[in-house]
Amino acid sequence: MAKITLDNLAHSYLPKPGSEDDFALKELNHDWEDGAAYALLGSSGCGKSTLLNIISGLLHPSQGRILFDDKDVTNAPTAERNIAQVFQFPVVYDTMSVRDNLAFPLRNRGRDETYVSERVQEIAQMIGMEDMLNKKARGLTADAKQKISLGRGMVRKDVNALLFDEPLTVIDPHMKWELRTQLKKLHRDFGHTMIYVTHDQTEALTFADKVVVMYDGRVVQIGTPQELFERPEHTFVGYFIGSPGMNVIPARIDGNTAYLSGAQMELAQEYKPLDGKVEIGVRPEFVRLSQTEGMPVKVRRVEDVGRHKIIRAEFFGTDINIIAGEADPVSADMNRVIFDNAHVNVYANDWRVQGEAA
Amino acid sequence: MTLELKGVSKTVDGLTHIYTTDLTLEKGTMNVLLGPTLSGKTSLMRLMAGLDVPATGQIIWNGKDVTGQRVQDRKVAMVYQQFINYPSMSVYDNIASPLKLMGVDKSEIDRRVRENAELMKLTPMLDRKPLELSGGQQQRCALARALVKNAGLVLLDEPLANLDYKLREELRVEIPKIFEASGSIFVYATTEPEEALLLGGNVATLWEGRITQFGPTPSVYRQPIDATTARVFSDPPMNFLAISKTGGRIMFGDGQSAPATGKIAELDDGRYLAGFRPNHLEIGKHETDAMEFKTTLSVTELTGSETFVHLDHHGERWVGLIHGVHNLTLGDELSVWLDPRHVYIFGEDGKLVAPAAYALAA
Repeated sequence: MAKITLDNLAHSYLPKPGSEDDFALKELNHDWEDGAAYALLGSSGCGKSTLLNIISGLLHPSQGRILFDDKDVTNAPTAERNIAQVFQFPVVYDTMSVRDNLAFPLRNRGRDETYVSERVQEIAQMIGMEDMLNKKARGLTADAKQKISLGRGMVRKDVNALLFDEPLTVIDPHMKWELRTQLKKLHRDFGHTMIYVTHDQTEALTFADKVVVMYDGRVVQIGTPQELFERPEHTFVGYFIGSPGMNVIPARIDGNTAYLSGAQMELAQEYKPLDGKVEIGVRPEFVRLSQTEGMPVKVRRVEDVGRHKIIRAEFFGTDINIIAGEADPVSADMNRVIFDNAHVNVYANDWRVQGEAA
Repeated sequence: MTLELKGVSKTVDGLTHIYTTDLTLEKGTMNVLLGPTLSGKTSLMRLMAGLDVPATGQIIWNGKDVTGQRVQDRKVAMVYQQFINYPSMSVYDNIASPLKLMGVDKSEIDRRVRENAELMKLTPMLDRKPLELSGGQQQRCALARALVKNAGLVLLDEPLANLDYKLREELRVEIPKIFEASGSIFVYATTEPEEALLLGGNVATLWEGRITQFGPTPSVYRQPIDATTARVFSDPPMNFLAISKTGGRIMFGDGQSAPATGKIAELDDGRYLAGFRPNHLEIGKHETDAMEFKTTLSVTELTGSETFVHLDHHGERWVGLIHGVHNLTLGDELSVWLDPRHVYIFGEDGKLVAPAAYALAA
């Protein structure tokens, strides 16, 4: 396993990129720690596959270097980087048995047959295919084939890193959480450096120790699932993580007071004067309706989703969402709203601003 | 306008795909077919549309028998999981295509295309080709084409399954609004309980080719008639525990018991199955009369704003839900509490014998 360093890395698909907008991947410096499990999360077109392809060597970056354990591999072809990859769609040899498919990477490197057979058995148990080892891969279902791809990706212990590109797309929803957690367990047991690309928040947050959120070619936050939930560093993180995402409301901040159109509230911290577009962000979980206290709000619609209610409301022209418990009463005379100020973040031009103790 | 299925069934090569079904859908209603993959949702929709002919029974549209009538001759629109648009036509022409086939005059086509494009937020994209749109916009184009016909029956077969979850979230909010504006009979198939709840209206829960229950969505959710319906309409699935009633008490094992009150007091002594939802397992806090169970944390799943904890309770798998994102250590012992008001009681045959007290209050 290795530490992977991205040094001033950037990529443009254009031959002569001019402005920053021409870059699919904007300049990036980052160390992927040895043995950590990362998820690369973002919507389609955010640059996450570009980054993965640069790490694997399928793509040569227009700028910067990539190092494995401090050794420059920027110009090394994929084969020399010693990494394992699992793609969105299964890649298996149809004419081979499941056993031979799993053994392929080991035999390719001339490992002896006793070791190969032990290791294949171990992996087969992990992916739950022990009783299918002698079957030909042809004719298996898409998710069985994808499990073979996953197993083959993990069969070698001596790889520098394991890269997964949306590996669960073809897996039946009921199998997904099982495989997700198996991957996580595997990571705990073997300590591979793993990078897992996905647009699915549950996949990313469940699998990874640290989630790298990308937006518009840029890394906007690297953090634990808890940090992404509690302190989104960028409004996109607040929107993208959580269902529904964070409420973002235009504001003017003066010290520890936020002026929100026709209302105002006290913040938990003190802020210096801010320039540009200023907003506060508060997750629906930290907003509460009331009959008597708080700021005025208009309730538009109440959706009962079983375990809780989602209240769609209008706060001075901004649509906001509120989450209330299954048993919490919501009545027509609840036209006030309270934002829990311990969970209100302040944003200037979409980036979170750190306040000071008030 | 009504759609009636009378004793409808469907068999393929001797295998029963749909068991004898009676179902009446009324004008201007949203009807969700909820069930796992292969439970019969698509089969049922194909029968409703006239794409397949039932083995037995009749399909009645507005009191008229239309069994065996071709889909082309019925007033039906359908949207599938895959986005189906004509790639060489503009969004405008895609939406206009069913009206052109019907021979509607040009100015009327223009009016209806623009009206539906506005509803689906596609007005700025009318001149583009479908492949120049995002996945969500492509599916909205397919939806607009289905709506523009003013078909009396609109069938939507997992229309959001292929979209990113953020787009899904947005369209789930929009679809009930579109439906309210139209007045047609909507039938919407999904595998996801949360989607069914967001859509509201009525729900038919499906399991292995049978409709297990049909009624207003929130009441089917809170008052399932059997354990199968409760299982289908709970994600993650409902937790179960074997219990017994002795005298005036319900014994939950682990030395935990609760007084048999309300409907439960009328039950005979004997063995039953307790069912309770993940969000009703309380962790870290609890009501005073809640019962405590010791479990081991085997897996956590984080969804962005919630934490699902997979628990081992004497070899049984339970799932709990905690609001917020929490970093918990796997393998740790975890005490969970259960308020007896949140417990459904099923007979050994799976039929509900006593509803959860909270559901009756809600």
